[in-house]
Amino acid sequence: MSAFILRRLWQMIPTLLGVILLVFFLFNFVGGDPAYLLAGKIANPEQIANIRRQLGIDQPYYVQLWLFIRQVLTGDFGVSWSTNEPVATIFASRIGPSLIVLVPMMLIETVLSIVIALAVAYVRGSLTDRSIMIACTVAMSVSLLVYIIVGQYVLAYQLSWFPVQGWGDGFFENLFKYSALPILLGVIVGLAPNIRLYRTFVLDEIHQDYVRTARAKGLSDNAVMLKHVLRNALIPIITNLMIYLPGLLVGHFLIERFFSIPGIGREVILAVERSDFPVIKAITVYVALATMVVNLLADLLYKAVDPRVQLK
Amino acid sequence: MNPSPASTNAPRSPGLWQLAWRRLLEDRIAVVSMVVVGLFVALTVASSLNWIARNWNEEIAVGYAPPAFTGKQAVADNSPDTTAKPALTTDPYPGRVRDPLATELAELRGQSAAPHGQAAEPPMEINGIRIVDPIAKEFAEALAAADAMATAPRATSLIFGADKWGHDVLKKLIKGSETSILVGLCAALVATLIGTLLGAVSGYFGGWIDDFCNWFYSIFTAIPYLLLILTIAAVLNQKGVTTIILILGLTGWTGIFRLVRAEYIKHRSREYVQAADAIGASHARRMFVHIFPNVSHISLVQLSVHTVGFIKSEVILSFLGFGVPVDKVSWGSMLGEAQNELILGYWWQLAAATAAMALLVTAFSMFTDALRDALDPKIK
Repeated sequence: MSAFILRRLWQMIPTLLGVILLVFFLFNFVGGDPAYLLAGKIANPEQIANIRRQLGIDQPYYVQLWLFIRQVLTGDFGVSWSTNEPVATIFASRIGPSLIVLVPMMLIETVLSIVIALAVAYVRGSLTDRSIMIACTVAMSVSLLVYIIVGQYVLAYQLSWFPVQGWGDGFFENLFKYSALPILLGVIVGLAPNIRLYRTFVLDEIHQDYVRTARAKGLSDNAVMLKHVLRNALIPIITNLMIYLPGLLVGHFLIERFFSIPGIGREVILAVERSDFPVIKAITVYVALATMVVNLLADLLYKAVDPRVQLK
Repeated sequence: MNPSPASTNAPRSPGLWQLAWRRLLEDRIAVVSMVVVGLFVALTVASSLNWIARNWNEEIAVGYAPPAFTGKQAVADNSPDTTAKPALTTDPYPGRVRDPLATELAELRGQSAAPHGQAAEPPMEINGIRIVDPIAKEFAEALAAADAMATAPRATSLIFGADKWGHDVLKKLIKGSETSILVGLCAALVATLIGTLLGAVSGYFGGWIDDFCNWFYSIFTAIPYLLLILTIAAVLNQKGVTTIILILGLTGWTGIFRLVRAEYIKHRSREYVQAADAIGASHARRMFVHIFPNVSHISLVQLSVHTVGFIKSEVILSFLGFGVPVDKVSWGSMLGEAQNELILGYWWQLAAATAAMALLVTAFSMFTDALRDALDPKIK
């Protein structure tokens, strides 16, 4: 077990190095000279040279790469180009609001999707099953932008059931007042693809021999579905959830943007709009690192849920 | 051996593609979805050849003219310039394009004490420097065009309504589907090409080449997809259809790589490949002439899957303003405009863009499912 973890951690190093190289390549070779971005439209050569010296981009590339690696290792990415806030502070203050919206959203979405997927898989092939699947396909075809725009307009603006947007200081105020509508819309957006996916996971299990055995023993349908099928279908569901977790942190940037939630996702959009390179670099590298760690955790969890899995 | 005449006369057994095509035609949903997708593609071709929707940029209607089927008519006075009117009180032609420097120019003329009237355009002198309006000629032309437009009769209702400036929403819709389909298909082609090539090389050769490709794959999958796209958009910092196609194509190949690689690993040691080796076929020939036809159905299905995905991604990118430039229309930029219009009660642009996108994406997804089923050799 510990040998497995060690080996996996060891294997992360080349990948992380690759991510660092990719980001370095993108920002140093593909993009233009950031000094011109920072100096503004009217700048004289001395200002440009000054900024280049400050940023360290007048150094040879290997020195710059080493500086970047040191930034990643120490976690000190300097200050944001647009707000002068240290990048680490930005991270620390943005992750909370993201989680307040994300965690309840994930929980509700997952539980609802599993329940509906189980029910739909139970009546597989029937008219209900087929119409729900068609409804899911159609629901997935509507851009998630439309759900958010219309949801915000109807539920918040017209009916005033929720605040249109905003964010407070108190945890409960944020959770129940400002996050309610974002969570609701996030669940609605995520439901259709999840039901489709989880249904296939459940269907894969329903045809297994152990299900027939359980039925033959005379177990009720409920017991078969909830005790036997659900437990086994949970394995791919959990893996799937874990894999998408880091992406979700960024992926719900649209919701954060529409509802002015000061989270990581909105920060990414703002940073891209302002060409705030230190913030984008830091977020990219750390989210990649988080993805790798979570993938490792997913494998370990997989082992915990399913004793048949061999870690090698 | 020359082929015996008997074998040429014997009925040929249908190949994989022929069988798949037959299965597709038997599937009613597949036929319907193919017709819908075909219609969209026809629209795209017609509009990119400038046969239809050429003048989408013309302001042919009153701002926010409602759709015809609602039976309402826009009030002709409800011109989009009403908000700007107070500033134009001195202008004899309200609503027309004004010289932004007119006031300053008039002041200067007053100072120079020269008896030039307002209408006089000859050069004047201030402190011995001749001042000429450098864009006088172009400006006069622009004024004339704007006047012609302002006096032209404007429609008070259109089939799908009009936007803020009086553009026809139907024409914008057609232009938008052109952008979406073009971006979706081209980006999917790029991604499928990269994924298939890397997957073929990686799976066929194995060894350090495989390790290297896997390392490359692990880098691209470590960064969440949308974050990677946004990062590249931030770095490139330029808008354009080619840019989006490249961004989406260069980041979206990972899934295809994985599938194609697995297939090549499976096929590389099969007997027919060994036979090809025995008759002296080169690596490239074995990879692409012998193995590829047995793998190509996977690439085709993935091409279809990714087209749908990229159409969705393009809409989000354009909505955020990182996608198409301002002189192009996309369903994403339409949704971006519609977001502000909705609060004012003008819902038709939102409804039109949503419906068009939903129709295309649903049809394309169903077609993809049918294609996958039709190409699956296990189903007979």
